[in-house]
Amino acid sequence: MSRYELAVIAGMTAVTFLIRYSFFALGDKVRFPPLVKRALHYVPVAVLTAITVPMVLLPDGQHWQLDWRNAWLMGALTSGLIAWRYKQLLAAIGGGLAVYFLWRFLFL
Amino acid sequence: MTQPHPSRRTELWHGARDSLPMLVGAAPFGVIFGTLAAPSGLSVFGALGMSLFVFAGSSQFIALTLLASGAGLAVIVLTTLVVNLRHALYSATLLPYVAGLGQRWRIPLAFWLTDETFAVVQHRYGQADDAPHKHWYHLGSSLAMYCNWLFWTLAGVLLGRSVEGLDKLGLEFAMAATFTGIVVPMLRNVPMVAAALAAATVALLARNLDYKLGLMLAALAGVVVGVCLESRKTVADGEGAPRKAAEDMGNRYEPL
Repeated sequence: MSRYELAVIAGMTAVTFLIRYSFFALGDKVRFPPLVKRALHYVPVAVLTAITVPMVLLPDGQHWQLDWRNAWLMGALTSGLIAWRYKQLLAAIGGGLAVYFLWRFLFL
Repeated sequence: MTQPHPSRRTELWHGARDSLPMLVGAAPFGVIFGTLAAPSGLSVFGALGMSLFVFAGSSQFIALTLLASGAGLAVIVLTTLVVNLRHALYSATLLPYVAGLGQRWRIPLAFWLTDETFAVVQHRYGQADDAPHKHWYHLGSSLAMYCNWLFWTLAGVLLGRSVEGLDKLGLEFAMAATFTGIVVPMLRNVPMVAAALAAATVALLARNLDYKLGLMLAALAGVVVGVCLESRKTVADGEGAPRKAAEDMGNRYEPL
């Protein structure tokens, strides 16, 4: 394990534990401002979308690939459709993976 | 009340037992995380260490993506902070139930606090019986989730090492599929959709910024847009219900 990895894990461990322990440690002395509470609702959607969309639309990180031969795009669309229609996360992942591999097999 | 209270051991066992659906749900993610660690540039011990010490699935996945794209330490830690901030809500919600316990209970229970355990134990804590050992139930759920996560991470790591050329296979797509599957069901109202669109747009525009700063900007843009649209529309959620808010969030966020 490199020093960089060690630092990453140490940093992630520290912030995650501090968040989880925050209220257990401080007790009733602190309160969540309502605005923060509402903002937290949007964090997962914002972060995950921000990570996923560029991966899918620019699979090599450099070039736009906005056509139906893009395996990342077709796979993600499949996952999205399954998740939207059936609300089954594992089925969404499985279906997306199947289409992704099929597309790579067909068009690569 | 004629019935005797459940013993510590019974509570411990019930906590683990009631977490079973969550254990099954988390297993594939443990495997995928372990499998993708090597292609993302994380060593075997790095992957195991992350599951052992960080123990937060969604941020571990995101860290893999960031590591693979060469992001800096500060960005990874900051992203972890943002992504895991929801745990503070859980912590606040469970506080009344653990307030009577010493630090030797509170520290490990805090360390093991996940979406899944939160969902399971707040139900038990909320039950009307005055059983004195409910924190053992909490401990049972925590230990089950922890051992499960470590076990499946290890399985994934071993799988990843035994399959040649996994990186060329393009299994990184599993991560994109996972994130898509989590996000889409959450897009149930205008502010959520707008938050996603704003985040996507900024992420695309700012994708070439150094240190993956674009990700932070995009997350910020999404949150700001979502909150602004929501407050225009509503319905001040009011002070009274931090518990309701946390529950709502626990339900809304697909555990990972």
